[in-house]
Amino acid sequence: MTIIVKTVTKIIVGVTFLYGIYIISHGHLTPGGGFAGGAIIAGAFILLVLAFGSDVLKLKAREEGSSTFESLAILGFLLLSIIGLFIGAKVFFYNYLPKGTVGELISAGVIPLYNIVVGIEVAAALITIFLALVIYKEEES
Amino acid sequence: METTLSIIIGFMIIGGLFALNAKDLLSAVISCGVVGYGLVICFLLLKAPDLAIVQIVVETVTLIIMIAVVLNSSREELKEKISLKLEGISYINTRYAANIAVVVVFTLLLLFFFGESIDILTPFGEHTTRMSTAYIENAANQTGSANLVTGVVFDFRGYDTLGEVTILFTAVIGILTILRIKGRK
Repeated sequence: MTIIVKTVTKIIVGVTFLYGIYIISHGHLTPGGGFAGGAIIAGAFILLVLAFGSDVLKLKAREEGSSTFESLAILGFLLLSIIGLFIGAKVFFYNYLPKGTVGELISAGVIPLYNIVVGIEVAAALITIFLALVIYKEEES
Repeated sequence: METTLSIIIGFMIIGGLFALNAKDLLSAVISCGVVGYGLVICFLLLKAPDLAIVQIVVETVTLIIMIAVVLNSSREELKEKISLKLEGISYINTRYAANIAVVVVFTLLLLFFFGESIDILTPFGEHTTRMSTAYIENAANQTGSANLVTGVVFDFRGYDTLGEVTILFTAVIGILTILRIKGRK
């Protein structure tokens, strides 16, 4: 890409990434949540790959890392929900942490943790799909 | 608000029709984007910012991936030889007549039941179920989450979210498998 695109990308990518983290961490207070924030983070990474090309970053190692993170995230989601089977009312998906007051950042029990785990899962899944397409295209040529 | 929604949905229908009839695949993909971004404005007008954020990001990412696929493949539509084998057969035979009769009967049935049910429904925008009223009143106190959508998605409908995450995981595994096999050859 041209130098204009590269410079604008350098300025924008960090802000986009931070915005995704904000959407995930405030998912129980403002509109958004794990799915939206994860998709925004994946969008920031895709913008980086599109602007700087695939030869700068070592994409093969990145793809293995992102699929590892995806598997770990879905394991974490299952673990968080299974812990509810052993604590308190002993129900699947039980909210076992203290709820706190409605509207503060640390409140709503396990829901912020679910948000973070689902955000990692969605971001890693979209990044993995994009990287798989890019890697396949390079291996073919 | 219904007028604005109707205008936007009209634009979305025009975009979809253009995508079906476009000769160039790239312009077909771009006019599919009209449908997605029109849906974003519809979600915002219907007061669903959660869905609007997800839709605008996913639409952009999907557009990038589909444009990449179109640029790699042949942009022209494949010219298949559609040969209608109608020469030897007379046009009025029993099979065509039966097909047309079934279509007409089902259309009339659909219109009849639509007319019956449209009288009972409440006006546009008012929900009819008692479940959602209970959710709106109690979700903030029971889950402790100020955003009701997140409270419902991760607490009342936890199984639903588990299914969505599993579907995403399975989709990624499938894509990796297909692409790896093709890459080895």
